[in-house]
Amino acid sequence: MLVYTAKRIVLAILVALTISMLVFSLLYLSGDPATALAGESATSDDIEKIRQAYGFDRPVWVQYLSWLGNAAQGEFGNSLYFRLPVWELILERLPTTMTLGVSAMTFAIVLSIPLGVLAAMFPNSLIDRTALFMAVVGQAMPSFWFALMLIVLFAFTWPVLPASGSDTWRHFVLPTIVLGYYATPAFMRLTRTGMLDVLSSDYIRTARAKGLRPWTVLFKHALRNAIIPVVSLAAVQFGFMLGGSVIIETVFALHGAGFLAWESISRSDFPTVQAILLLFSLLYIVLTFLADLLNAWLDPRIRVG
Amino acid sequence: MTEPAGFSLDVENLTVSIPLAAGTLRAVRGISFRVNQGETLCIVGESGCGKSLTSLALMGLLPAKAVRGADRLTLNGVDLTALSERQMSDVRGESMAMIFQEPMTSLNPAYTIGNQLEEALRRHRPVSRAEARERAIHLLEKVGITAAASRLQQYPHQLSGGLRQRVMIAMALMCGPDLLICDEPTTALDVTIQAQILHLLRDLQREFHMAIILITHDLGVVARMADRVAVMYAGEIVETGTAAEVFAAPSHPYTKGLLQCIPIPGRTKRGEHLGSIPGVVPSLIGEIAGCAFANRCPHAADACRSEPPARDLGPGRMVRCVLEPGAVPQMEPA
Repeated sequence: MLVYTAKRIVLAILVALTISMLVFSLLYLSGDPATALAGESATSDDIEKIRQAYGFDRPVWVQYLSWLGNAAQGEFGNSLYFRLPVWELILERLPTTMTLGVSAMTFAIVLSIPLGVLAAMFPNSLIDRTALFMAVVGQAMPSFWFALMLIVLFAFTWPVLPASGSDTWRHFVLPTIVLGYYATPAFMRLTRTGMLDVLSSDYIRTARAKGLRPWTVLFKHALRNAIIPVVSLAAVQFGFMLGGSVIIETVFALHGAGFLAWESISRSDFPTVQAILLLFSLLYIVLTFLADLLNAWLDPRIRVG
Repeated sequence: MTEPAGFSLDVENLTVSIPLAAGTLRAVRGISFRVNQGETLCIVGESGCGKSLTSLALMGLLPAKAVRGADRLTLNGVDLTALSERQMSDVRGESMAMIFQEPMTSLNPAYTIGNQLEEALRRHRPVSRAEARERAIHLLEKVGITAAASRLQQYPHQLSGGLRQRVMIAMALMCGPDLLICDEPTTALDVTIQAQILHLLRDLQREFHMAIILITHDLGVVARMADRVAVMYAGEIVETGTAAEVFAAPSHPYTKGLLQCIPIPGRTKRGEHLGSIPGVVPSLIGEIAGCAFANRCPHAADACRSEPPARDLGPGRMVRCVLEPGAVPQMEPA
């Protein structure tokens, strides 16, 4: 288990470094950052001054290393738009995004795993068909459109929930449903497939031959084995959700890190964009690592050589 | 009718049918047998003859689509057909237990051997974990596993196939069942391990006074193990008798054919053709008119088109054939 964990940590660090390079290079994606910063009416003299002031005249690898060194200390510089330290901006908004992410993930899991299990227990039944229909709809519907439909229904037609803002838990209900529902089809289908596979396996027959109760067979013997691929998927889906939060937070005007990312992109506020990207990526890496550990705990074949 | 004392499993006219799009697959077509305490019944036949489904039907573990029927299915006088699924689960693992063909996949990879052994006992008996553990160690030693206590912490993937089958046997014995059903328990194992496992089953049977139903396609296994034999063909029992009777005087052309398919060291010459039974098993969908073996039988006659009689050749000895038992000549090697 220790060797396994150590291997995973080394891998995670390598991935993080690769991502940091990609994030850093984004700065140059839209051409010369000094020109972009200076604005349309700037003279070439102004651009040169900006270039020196921000250190854009140094070799790229020096810029990268100094940026990485600062980033490692949580120092991402000042936002070009707010003139405030980037970490302050992010810290202020991150709780909103995390609340949304965690509640959406919880919603997705609570909805999809029982449905997936039921669908596998009664394949081709009404419940299976209904679950499949929900999955197809969830997969096919663009989330921004679904968000707008929910707003129309629950904020205007029946004004039971607020359409925008992030002040109370009620503001989070609609965004959670939209973001969580987006992840539901994949979870549900994977749970169903995994359960169907496991339920027809020899060791389930053994468990039944021992006279174990259906509940024990299902939840002790089957689900633990069926859930392993779902755990890996959950980490990936959480990453997608962080990405999706950029859209959802914009639609619902939730002042989270996703909304900040969208604002900063449209304002060419590079330090902020870089910091958010790096942060989201790191979160993703940490979650994948945790999913690997959880799977190793679930499946002794991973943990015990 | 009074029940004889002691354990017995009585099966009368057991059927298993599976509805398919093409019609009803009648996999087991009305078989009857009886197993007494301490006795080994071998059910022998080729793949698809319904022997595995028979064992699953006894355990109440048939696939959801399969339908079981029986005029009589009693274990120690308890009518198993009248039990609810919940009551049946009280019987499974308690008075009848089962081991399977595939030891590599029959244990749950996610739990330790100890966990899986202990739960088999704790499901049926109000014992503590420590007591269950003790019983597990005791039985692992009984099935010939060394360092039993430390094995409890191990996971199935850390054990070889032979060891896993021993664990499966120990698990089946946790509650001290009256009947152990073994579905091809050695087919997936190396020949040397096969012999060990069969030997072990015999020893355990004597010690625990169990009845064993052994499902196999291997007549070598039958010769080692069986007190009595039931030969199955196309979902029916075509011949029963003690192992000695059936091996010495096979009365059904199919049994004869099967016996000629095995080489005998010292008697079968090198390069000599072994017997084989030409043709294939008939489709089990729908009714079979007359004798199911007629299309492969060298002695087939017009009389075989009607249902062959079940000839009673003495106590526990039956053959289903139109021919008089003495009239079946030796089959020529194909």
